[in-house]
Amino acid sequence: MAELIKVGMADYKVGRNPDSLISYGLGSCVGIALFDPITKVGGLAHIMLPDSTQARSADNPAKFADTALPLMLSEIIKMGAVRSRITAKIAGGAQMFTFTNTTDIMRVGERNAEAVRLILKKLEIRLVAEDTGGNYGRTVELKLDTGIFRVKTIDKGEKEL
Amino acid sequence: MSEDILKLSPLQLDALREIGNVGAGNAATALSQLINQKIDMTVPEVSILPLGEVPEVVGGPDAMVAGVYLRVFGPAPGSILFLLPRESAFYLVDMLMGRTQGETQLLNSMDESALMEIGNILAGAYLNALSHFTKLTLLPSIPALAIDMAGAILSVILIQIGQMGDHALVIETEFTTDNDGVKGHFFLIPDPGSLNTILTAIGVKE
Repeated sequence: MAELIKVGMADYKVGRNPDSLISYGLGSCVGIALFDPITKVGGLAHIMLPDSTQARSADNPAKFADTALPLMLSEIIKMGAVRSRITAKIAGGAQMFTFTNTTDIMRVGERNAEAVRLILKKLEIRLVAEDTGGNYGRTVELKLDTGIFRVKTIDKGEKEL
Repeated sequence: MSEDILKLSPLQLDALREIGNVGAGNAATALSQLINQKIDMTVPEVSILPLGEVPEVVGGPDAMVAGVYLRVFGPAPGSILFLLPRESAFYLVDMLMGRTQGETQLLNSMDESALMEIGNILAGAYLNALSHFTKLTLLPSIPALAIDMAGAILSVILIQIGQMGDHALVIETEFTTDNDGVKGHFFLIPDPGSLNTILTAIGVKE
């Protein structure tokens, strides 16, 4: 009865063993998996932008790294996860297109990954693995029975973090 | 302010559909001349979608596609994306490079340049019609190409729009060749601030 829970762009979902959380087609966005290995409770966020304070509208907190993470964290703690045991794995933050004069907006993937690392540090959550950068898309899946974070690509193979 | 797009009147939506029609019509004609085949085109769809739902338009975020992306410069900046299934991209390359159908399985750098040039020509045709229609001078950037998951490719545009709001205005036209060898989508996605400029230019700003 394990369920495969889909996480859309600018969204996050939480779950517990034996479910899996999956998010398809991450480009410059970053997928953040949080997991408590004892209670096997976790969450997966698909954030689009680093920072809600620089944006002109902040109606969907799941869109930004700095607002999505605390929300997801408190939800999995409510479900029984113990804060000190929660670890993070991240993937995404690619630069999909290369222009000769790369402007700031083109480097948003890099900035997203950087922001996520910083926020995890602030929240004192240990980042144990990551697969970021490059110029290709990723589909990520967090398996809540094991905490394995599977990263699939089109022609750069598949990885387990 | 970008959430103005949720309050567009039926007349304004019609006007935007007409923009898609003249733009994509011109681009389809250009494509038809390039590959010497008849191209059928759907009536453009003007959709206002939550950002996460935009990839569904092209078969979901993990659909494998080729995307040629161009920025639009001028008084109404935005993005143009020419998106086609990977097989269609291969078919196009076979045709342009004079290969047997089905020969291309992987793109070399020459093939990639050819696809970008197609994107360039089509975007140019689209914008020409649009400029003529709106009397706004709109110019395309150089094209960039990616072959990957639709969600990953669209994320580049959606992230820009995401800075202003949670919805995207997408003007989308689907086209196919008679034999179904090439099918694809043209997207015009105006930057949130450009919508007023476009509506004013075509005289439907209330």
